[in-house]
This record gives sequence, C-alpha cells and structure tokens, in this order.
Amino acid sequence: MIPARFPPGAIATATARRSRTVVALRAAAVFGVMLIGAPLLSLLWIAVTGDLTPVRHIFSVVLPAAVADTALLLAGVGVVTVLLGVGSAWLVTAFRFPGRSLLSVALVLPLAVPTYIIAYVYVEILEPLGPVQGAIRALFGFRSRADYWFPEIRSMPGAILLLGCVLYPYVYLPVRALFSVQCASLIEAGRTLGASPASVFRRIALPLARPAVALGLSLALLETLNDIGATDHLGVRTLTVAVYTTWLNRGSLPGASVLALVLLTAVTLLILIEMRSRGARSFALSAKKPRPQEPVALEGPKALLAALACALPPIAGFLVPAVFLATEAARRGTRIDPGLPGQIGATLTFALTATVLIVIIGASIAAAVRILRHPAALWSARIAGLGYALPGTVVAVALLAPIAAIDNLLADLQNAITGGRAGLLLTGTGLAVVIAYAVRFSGIAVGGVENGFARLSPHVDDAARTLGHGPGKLLRDIHWPLLRPALASSALLVFVDAMKELPATLLLRPLNVETLATAVYAHAGRGVFEDGALASLLIVAAGLAPVVLLMRASGETTAELSADAAARNEAEPTPARS
Amino acid sequence: MFKSIMGGAVALCALSATAGAAEVNVYTSREADLIKPVLEAFTKATGTKVNTVFVRDGLEERVKAEGANSPADLIILVDVARLVKAAEMGITQPVDSAALKSAVPEALRDAKDNWFATTLRSRVVYASKERVKQDAITYDDLADPKWKGRVCIRSGQHPYNQSLIAGFIAKNGEAKAEAWLKGLKANLAKKPSGGDRDVAKDILAGVCDLGLGNTYYVGLMLNGTDEAQKQWGQAVKVLDSSFAGGGTHVNISGAAVAKSAPNKAEALKLLEFMVGETAQNMLADLNYEYPVRPGIAANATTKLFGPIKADVTPLGAVAAKRDAASVLVDKVDFDR
Repeated sequence: MIPARFPPGAIATATARRSRTVVALRAAAVFGVMLIGAPLLSLLWIAVTGDLTPVRHIFSVVLPAAVADTALLLAGVGVVTVLLGVGSAWLVTAFRFPGRSLLSVALVLPLAVPTYIIAYVYVEILEPLGPVQGAIRALFGFRSRADYWFPEIRSMPGAILLLGCVLYPYVYLPVRALFSVQCASLIEAGRTLGASPASVFRRIALPLARPAVALGLSLALLETLNDIGATDHLGVRTLTVAVYTTWLNRGSLPGASVLALVLLTAVTLLILIEMRSRGARSFALSAKKPRPQEPVALEGPKALLAALACALPPIAGFLVPAVFLATEAARRGTRIDPGLPGQIGATLTFALTATVLIVIIGASIAAAVRILRHPAALWSARIAGLGYALPGTVVAVALLAPIAAIDNLLADLQNAITGGRAGLLLTGTGLAVVIAYAVRFSGIAVGGVENGFARLSPHVDDAARTLGHGPGKLLRDIHWPLLRPALASSALLVFVDAMKELPATLLLRPLNVETLATAVYAHAGRGVFEDGALASLLIVAAGLAPVVLLMRASGETTAELSADAAARNEAEPTPARS
Repeated sequence: MFKSIMGGAVALCALSATAGAAEVNVYTSREADLIKPVLEAFTKATGTKVNTVFVRDGLEERVKAEGANSPADLIILVDVARLVKAAEMGITQPVDSAALKSAVPEALRDAKDNWFATTLRSRVVYASKERVKQDAITYDDLADPKWKGRVCIRSGQHPYNQSLIAGFIAKNGEAKAEAWLKGLKANLAKKPSGGDRDVAKDILAGVCDLGLGNTYYVGLMLNGTDEAQKQWGQAVKVLDSSFAGGGTHVNISGAAVAKSAPNKAEALKLLEFMVGETAQNMLADLNYEYPVRPGIAANATTKLFGPIKADVTPLGAVAAKRDAASVLVDKVDFDR
C-alpha cells in the first residue's frame, strides 16, 4: 500500500531518528490496513470458495425483499432523524424559551441508549399486556385486545420511530453547532432584511446546514444498517437480518458472505456521502473566530410549544427507557444476578485493553497521514474506518478464520517446542475479542485524532521543521501536548462503544466469561429481558459518560465549545451501538 | 489488566497442556443457566471442573476454525438439524459407549454415534382456555380458514418453526407444505414475531386464540417466579397436536464429543452423565422437557401436556428438509 519511496516533502532533511519515526508511522499504516483487510479478505474468500448454490435463491427471493425493507427503514429513519435533529437544533439555537439551555443538553442524552435496549424496552411497555395497553383496558373497560385498536410496535413504523428516537442526536449535534456558530451573520442579515423566522429557516439556515445534515444522517443510517438486535426484535427483515438468516437457517456461510458484501457496498456509498459532506464542510472549520447567533425570545403558547417539541425527543429516547430500566432493576433489587461483578470486570477489562490498543492504532495512523503527507497514508486511514461500518456480526464471523489461523500457528509452535498440547492464546485469553473491537472501532480513533490534527495549522509543522525538528520531535514536543484533548475524547468514545459491543463478544469470548452486553442478550433470549435490567442500566450509564462531558462543555455555554463537541462527533464515523 | 490476561493465557496453556487435570470444556448453544445445575451436579459427583461458553450463533464455525487446537470437549446444541450439520462439518467424533446406547433410544441418536439426544421437546398448539373448546388439533388444521385472524406464531425462520415445517415437508411433500404454509399465514392475527412465550401472552391478551409453541415454555411460565408469566401460562392449554395421520412433531437437544477434544474421556463421562438417571430427572424438572432415557418420568407439569406421541418420521429425514423449509418460508413471504 505504502510506496517504497518516501514522499519528497516528508524527509527533506532526513536524520536517523526521523527516519525511525517515519518507518514506524508507515508500519502503523500498513498494520491498520492489514487489521481491517483481514476480515474483508476472509469474507471474500468465504464467498468465492464456498458452495454458492443457495445464492441464486437468495438473489431472487431474499434479496429484493430485504433490500426493499432496508431501503424503507433507512428512508424512514432518515426522515425522523432529520426532522427531530434539525427541528430541535433550530429551536434551541434560534429562539429563547423556558428550559432551553437544559433541553439543548438533554437532546443529546438518547445517544447513550443502545438500539437493542430501546427496542426491548418499548416492546415491554407497549405490548398488549404492558402498562400502556393495560391502562387503556382499565380506563375504557375493554376485556380483550380484540376490542380496541392499538398500533403494533413490532412493525416497520415502530422500528423507524424507535431507531429515530435514539439516532437523531447524530444529526442534532453537528447541525446545532452549525446553526449556533457558522451561519450567525447570514441569519442576522436575513432578519435585518425583514425575513420571517420561517423563511430564515427555510431559505438560509436549511441550505447552510445541508453538509452537517448529510454528515449526521450518514452516521445515523450506518447505525441503522448494521443494527441487528433492534430490527430483529421488532420483526423487520433488513439485509443484516437476511445475512443472519442465510447463514444460520440455510447453513450457508458463503451465501451470507455474498449478502454481507452487498451490504458493504451500501455502506461504502454511505461513507462516500459522509466523506463528501466532510470535504464540503471544511470551509466552515477554517472560518474566522465564530460568533454565536443571537436567539429570538418566544413568549406564551409559542414558547410552550417550542419547549414541548424539544422535550419530547429526549423523553422518548432517554427518560422513558431509563426510568423503565431503573424501575425494573429496583423491583429485582433483592435478586441481583450473582454473575454481575464478573460481568462488569470482564466488560471493563475488554473495553479498557481495547481502548488503549485502538487509541494507539488510531493516533499512529492519523500521525502517518499528517507526517507522511502521502495519499497511501490517507487511504489507510479510510480503510481503517471501513471496519466500523460493517455489521458487528459480519466482522465477528469474518474474523474467525484469520484469528484462528494465528491461534493455531502459535499453538502449533508451542506444541512443537513443549511436545504438549497448547491452548489457544487469542480466543483463550479474550485477546480475540480485543482484536475484534480494534477492527470495529479503530475508525473512531483515526477520525478523532485526524480531526484533532486538523485544528493544528500545518504551518506549525513547517515552522518546527525549519527550526530543525524531525518528525519524532515534532510529534512528541508539539503535536502530543496539543492533541491530548482529541486523544482523550476518542478514547472515551471507543471505550463506550467497546462496552456495548455484542456480536463479536458473543462469538469470540473465552470459556466462562460474560460481559454486560452478553448477559443482557442471554436474558432477552430467555424471554426475561427485565432480569437484565440492571446490566442494561449499567450499559446506558456508561454511554452517558461522553454525554456528561458534552454537558460540562455546554455548561460553559460558549457556542464554540458546542461546536467543538459537534465537530468531534462528526470526525468519527461514530455509531455508538452494536 | 494485561497481567491478568497474560496470567489467564499462562493458566489456560498450563491447563490444556495437562489434559489429565480433570476439566472439561463445554461449548453450548443452549443458555448456560439452563444446564448449569446439571453441570454442577457432574462436578460434585466426579470432581471434574466444567468450563462453559454459551455461543448461540456461530458455535460450529468457531469450533471448526479453532481446528485441531480447539479446547472444545463437548458440544451441546439445541435442534437436531444443528447436530446433524455439526457432524457433517466434521467437528464431532463418534464415541463407542454402551452406556449411551442403552440410555438413548436408537431413533434419538446418530447412526454413526456422533451425537446423542439428551432431551426431547414437542412443538404443539397452545389454545385459549376461554375461547377454544377442542382439546386436540392437527397442524394441518391450522391452515383451515375457520381460524382466520386467530393464530399467532414466532418467525417462520426460527429453528423451532423451521423444524416443524421441515417435518411437514418430509411427510407431505413440498407442494402440500407450501399450500399449508400459505393457509397458515392467511390465518395469522399478526406478523410473526417474538418468542413462544409471547404467543401465550398474546392469547391471554386476546390478540389470538391459537398459537404454536414448545410444550416446556408452558411449564416454565407456570412454575417461574414472574407473576405476569404465570398468568400467560394459565391462559393457555396445550392441545393434543399432531400431523394428520401422524404424531406430534418433536425435536431434541443433544450433545457430541468434539473432534479434537483435549479431554475426551471427561467429555464422554459428562455426556454419559447427562443421559444418566440423576441428570435426566434434573433436566426433566429444570426445563420441562421430556427425558430421553426410558423409564424416567416426566415432570408433573410436563405430564399435564399428556404423554408424548412422537411422529415416526426419522429425525434425520426431518433435518434433511430444513433448507427446503427455510426457502419455503421466504417463498410464501411468511414473515412479512
């Protein structure tokens, strides 16, 4: 991937130390590509070498319906996330109404709730015997479900609303940042020229927000695409569910791989959209010191309506599930799963180890992009991001072969030396899980650190070089101190994603090990999801960590900080769910 | 943290290097909690420590990928089709055990001694105690238009339904099965979703009057700690269900010794223990399935469902129709 010749600008005055750094960075880039390339090649290999007889049936029967449903789901989630995200972002930035500053933070909270948890919770609440329909029956004296009409939550509209409820913050964050900072002068100019608020929104704010909307939208849609827990539970048959069915019920891993590759094509398209929108947005980042927009005060019923509109999404996406889980956990207070401490321990061990590894990988690749200034390095960064876009199950299955190959190589080596029978190092110790996390989440760290670099003017590098600093010294003495916030925020996001990860953990964990996510899954599989309420609550609580940081940032109320948060959010192709 | 991981690595290597250290590694697609008491009883009886990993999907692929160095000793799978497939994938090995052969009837084990059933479950029709008068039904009858809008079922792609549909194909051929499945779909009260317990729940709620489910879920609901689930269980009765002119559709959960089992002797001992009297009694009470070992009585709750009158189609013949069943479910758009 990386050319044998150093790019000219990078080693104008090579010293031994500097070329060591350059070699290390090149190695990091190659390693990153290999890490993500392994499961992709493995998928391709399975598809190409396997028995593809079932594929014809898959293409003629399964694929059209699955593609149609996937498209419908994506379109629906897209509409909901854009409506909620853009609408609420506009309200909290353009107007002043009671509770505005609280709501502008609360609107981010649903990000902490994984899709599978929101699906489980709402099915419990809205099913025929749940509290809502129970109350309806009690209130109106209905005896049976057949006596009245009630929407079915396990349906396409149900899935669209539920996913929309927790995914809209991906749109809300970058758009709010843009509204509050980037277009203040234009909006004020519009107002001065007598445009009504509605026409300011439609004719100025909305067109300006388009790149930010595209960016948030692509993240929300990526999450929708790789979701399996929620869609399966809600009875929506997407492509990802079809990959599952083909593999498990038709026993055709090759067929599933073909479907996964189709899925990957869709994902690549989404990434391209995201990359284009990021490119289009670069002008905004280089803008002069931004100035916050002056909000217009609302009064009376209008203020109330605005507050209500901004309160509903976080209530539906965060408050209701959080209260439900807390109630269920409290009800079971006396019988806490005895395995819980072990699950917390395993979850933390996997997530922390992975975070350290992933941040090192991410920082190295981002540094390679910065220092080497070569297209190949840039490509390696984009390829590292692909792993994030693949559904977790697909990554897990595709990883089986390469990981097992390394495992067996090591074991055979040890067998040859000791003459005994060695265990498997990677799967046996949980390192396989950590590797799977690295494949899935490296893109987050790469993006986060790249974004950190983007804030440091390249002139800094040039000045340092003029003063005789090699790349090693430049990274250590100049970039490192400036990059620490970006590294920290990347680490946090990676950690939260790793804590929630389900499919790869389920398939690759060692004997006798459960994480919080696998425990929740096992409870749900037995039809007793509420028994996993405490574990679910812990996962949600962990997801709150980055949100709390955002809150603290907005506590200082400068629009610049919220722009920071949003820009950070946008830099990673982040989807925080498994 | 890394220390603990590396410590684990060393411990694991040490453990597997000394195969005689009386441990056995179980890979199970069945929730570990369901079989835990049996495994604990085994440890108590033999002193052999049991390590488990519960992997619902991909268990077979994992064992296969791990290959000759896989730590897997005993593979426990629900569903005969998976056991057959595991044997086909070459991740199991035949075992020659008189104890197994006498405990497990011939129809419930692999002809080549790769896998052995440990429990038996039947798939039956649940019916509302209030709204359904009859006590017996054929699966074929579920497609009768008189049940229009009154039937609930989980996804047609779920292994339990796949197995039943495969049984129907094995008995009546694909054309008849397709017509039946279309008729059944036309009778559904709602889109297939949820699990077997949800079927009972929906019957209680009045969403539907009939539904398909495995018998043991009724036992679990009636005897569980959850008050709500008790009500679901109490709302339904288990109909005497069978194919027209045949018996009740049954499936098994079973186990096989892994091909590269590092602790083969222990794996075999555990397998024999699982079909022994103690474990069979435990399994009958734990999950309300039918024991496979002749002479072991079913649990009192299970007895309420009536004696099992299993369909005579060989399990292997049913498993062979599974792919066809899956294709058929797609073809009639059953889940949509």
